Amino acid sequence: MSWHPNDVAKRGNAASVIVAAILLFLVGGFFRSQVLNHQKYALQSETNRLRELPLPAPRGVIFDRNNKVIADNVIGYSVSVLALKEDSLRAVLQRLTGTINITNSQIEQSVRRFRRAPARPTVIIPDASFDVVSVLEEHRSQFPGLIIQSAPRRFYPDGPVVAPFVGYVGEVSEAELAKPAFAEYKAGQQVGKQGLEKEYESVLRGKEGSQFVEVDARGRIVKNGGAKEVNPVAAPDMHTNIDMDLQRFVAKIFGDSLQGGAVAIDPNTGGVLALYSAPSWDGNRFIGGIPAQYWDSLNADPRLPLYNKALQGQYPPGSTWKLATTAIALESGTVKMTDHMPVPCTGGFQYYNRYFRCWDARGHGSLDLKGAIAKSCDVYFYQLGLKLGLAKLVAGGVTIGFQSKAGIDLPEEKRPRFPASTEYFDSKYGKGRWTNSLVLSMAIGQGDNSQTILNMAKFYTALATDGKAARPQILTGKADRVQVMQLSDDQMEQVREALVGVVTSGTAAASAIKGVQLAGKTGTAQSGKFVNGKELNHGWFVGFAPADKPSIVVAVMIEFGGHGTRAAAIASKIIQAYLHVTPIVDMSVEG
Amino acid sequence: MSTRRFPIDWPLVSVGLLLSLYGISIVYSAGQTDVMTGVAKLWKNQLIWFCLALGAAYMMSRFSVRLLDWLTWPLYGATIAMLLLLLVIGKGAGTAASSKSWLAIGGFRIGQPAELAKITVVLALAKVLSQFKEPPRTLLELWKPAMVVGLPWLLIMKQPDLGTGIVFIGFAFAMLFWAGVAWPLLVLVASPIVSLILAFNTFYWGAWFLLLLALVLWYKPYLYEGIFLVVVNVIFGVVSQIAWEKLQPYQQKRLLVFIDPNLDRLKSGYHVIQSQVAIGSGGWFGKGFTLGTQKRLAFLPAQHTDFIFAVVGEEMGFIGVTLAIALFGLLFLRVTKIAERANDSYSSLVAFGLLASWFVHVFENMGMTLNLMPITGIPLPFFSYGGSFMLASWMAIGILLRISAEGRGGRHSHFAV
Repeated sequence: MSWHPNDVAKRGNAASVIVAAILLFLVGGFFRSQVLNHQKYALQSETNRLRELPLPAPRGVIFDRNNKVIADNVIGYSVSVLALKEDSLRAVLQRLTGTINITNSQIEQSVRRFRRAPARPTVIIPDASFDVVSVLEEHRSQFPGLIIQSAPRRFYPDGPVVAPFVGYVGEVSEAELAKPAFAEYKAGQQVGKQGLEKEYESVLRGKEGSQFVEVDARGRIVKNGGAKEVNPVAAPDMHTNIDMDLQRFVAKIFGDSLQGGAVAIDPNTGGVLALYSAPSWDGNRFIGGIPAQYWDSLNADPRLPLYNKALQGQYPPGSTWKLATTAIALESGTVKMTDHMPVPCTGGFQYYNRYFRCWDARGHGSLDLKGAIAKSCDVYFYQLGLKLGLAKLVAGGVTIGFQSKAGIDLPEEKRPRFPASTEYFDSKYGKGRWTNSLVLSMAIGQGDNSQTILNMAKFYTALATDGKAARPQILTGKADRVQVMQLSDDQMEQVREALVGVVTSGTAAASAIKGVQLAGKTGTAQSGKFVNGKELNHGWFVGFAPADKPSIVVAVMIEFGGHGTRAAAIASKIIQAYLHVTPIVDMSVEG
Repeated sequence: MSTRRFPIDWPLVSVGLLLSLYGISIVYSAGQTDVMTGVAKLWKNQLIWFCLALGAAYMMSRFSVRLLDWLTWPLYGATIAMLLLLLVIGKGAGTAASSKSWLAIGGFRIGQPAELAKITVVLALAKVLSQFKEPPRTLLELWKPAMVVGLPWLLIMKQPDLGTGIVFIGFAFAMLFWAGVAWPLLVLVASPIVSLILAFNTFYWGAWFLLLLALVLWYKPYLYEGIFLVVVNVIFGVVSQIAWEKLQPYQQKRLLVFIDPNLDRLKSGYHVIQSQVAIGSGGWFGKGFTLGTQKRLAFLPAQHTDFIFAVVGEEMGFIGVTLAIALFGLLFLRVTKIAERANDSYSSLVAFGLLASWFVHVFENMGMTLNLMPITGIPLPFFSYGGSFMLASWMAIGILLRISAEGRGGRHSHFAV
């Protein structure tokens, strides 16, 4: 019987002997390594000879809609040092100062990089110029452990033209490295810092490769690994909706003198054709560390170039917002396009003990809604606002999206300021301590309402189409459109006709384009900045063309640009550049 | 049946506790690197898992062996279902990033079912083997045990998880041995695998083949079985070259580097060399707890999982290594005793199967850090960081406690068939 206790005991003994023998074999193995060969391994661990060299991957190339390059990679050089101890790193750096220009702060930064990853080569100059590299190559024998690698370097062929949406890349900072999201990053690596580069970092980054090299006790490379352990993998190309010709045109038209921002969107898809903030900056100069001089000049500039006016600037939308009042009123049935208001415009409107002025002191007389939009008559909209009521106006504004981000795929976008409901006024002024007079300012786009240029463009994509607002997207992809206003086709048509009226007979009459109907609305917003006792105004224009079948929505905001006619002139030029049509007359640009 | 207090097998429990505490302190040390990484906090997780594992061990010890016996097939069925599911939705992670060994729901990794499969397949194999009245003498009789192990083994190899596959083969042979299968038959069963490995050298393979023929003639299996074995050996010898090319490049590399790490010291050999340097530089007494330089400077790969024993070697030295091996030795001897004293063949086989499973882990893992075994990514019981394995190891201890307690009373009692 195989399960007889004697048999079992026999097998148990055999098993014990086998187990003991194998464990003793293991002990023997450890004895050989740890006791007999200890000297050899101890020396190896002291001067560990193998180092991992990172091989940076090229970032994804960014293209515009016509396959023109927006962001590219060119060959650059990085200089690093393999050091075993902090002291020896400092010694090498000290000697390097005799050959090339290294500042003390660069030395300290390098030492900090070394502390973060002592087993990796310490990056000294992430982006060395060819001159520096050739000097170092010449003196190579004096600097053991010096590693000069060619590394792909980011390059923006159009520099400042694309900076407002592309952003830039830079070395991953110590603050970032401390965050869990950057767990896979190592000191000295490049990372997207702004714009598309930041938004799509995980896609654009590619996969770093690595190579093992053998070094001697002084950190000199004695043997290159030859074949690479892991080849770097370039990131895939990225295709955007941007139209580089248009983007360049927008940048050119703003030039050096104008200050503000512009956004152009295809209303049918939400594809962003151009996005610009003036003045801009050159992302190429940010790579490999921003030169202090350039950084200081950007920061000292009163025109705030680093502040993205299209995405971060929040401006009172002014009269461009009257279309929101119009849409909300039409949707709720409060008014029809042909309705007149009880009080005709005589240059102002008396509401209880306060007199609200129309922008045109001469008055517009009695207008219907279409005429009021064309003439931008404030008095008409004061009364329309009162008829509608504050609660409905605010609720309608929230539905259209004035309280939320436009949702563009750029990290810098700021949320516009708009009350979430009338409770906002309760908490601001106290319950019951505010009156209906607030609705008068809200109805003409003033009061507690600050919008980004981008968000206003998004609003007009709904006006330009069937009431669906398109989420602005830089990257090509599926259109994302949401119904924000419930108007009949007729009503949408009427609204667009009224906007055409603005350009042919109203405030933006100078901006009509030959052969193509332009529809749009000017606006003026107070800036709070006074010169000679007179307040400087921001000028708006938001519009689209062709009016009957819009293919482009443009929002332009000129800071301190006076009345919106100037913005309208620029917008009309942008549209001309896109649609390739010529204007009837020269633009008369006036304040 | 009796109201007497449950007799706890204290030697088993204390060895298990000592090993776990030693292991957790090394997991703590593994996190103490110059540049702190996420590993630094993992010892706390491991401690929590350890507490859960103690609870699981207690629960398992309350299950009577008869209940376990009764539950064997449902558990086995559930295991197979889980492994099948894993092939569809499994995720890779950590050192096993390329294999589908993790069960995850919505990105949250729950565990590695293969760890529990190691127990349930032992139970199933024990059940099948315990039904033999006489130890199997021919290959044909082994079809049932072969099926029981083969099915989950194939599913695991499909993940692919070579390490766990080796463990399955290890405990399957050990349990056949424990069931009384004669050693020549075991050698015959294993012969195709040996052929597979030796086929790279015509001389070795020829010598092995002659040896095999002699064994067949001496053991005298049935004629057709003898012919079958010889033919299979020939086929395996021939197909090994083709099978080699079927292996993933990283698997090929690992095997080649095992033969000579310096062949590729800048690439695949890197891990083994760093591990050897770590262990060798530890000397008699080690560099001191948490002070290993290989580990601190991040030369040592997977220092908290597969290569954790290199940390023991570097920081605790030969003394610390010997202590760990001695503790494992005590564990194995104790479990052998439990298997000897068990009440019936099923309990006895379960005990020995669990022992064999641990043993393969220990041998393969430690051998790997010394380059005595190829790298297969197998954890060290009670040491390597990982919740599922800690849990499974202590569940095994719980089962062993029960078997030990039930076996105490009747050392010479009957073995049920």
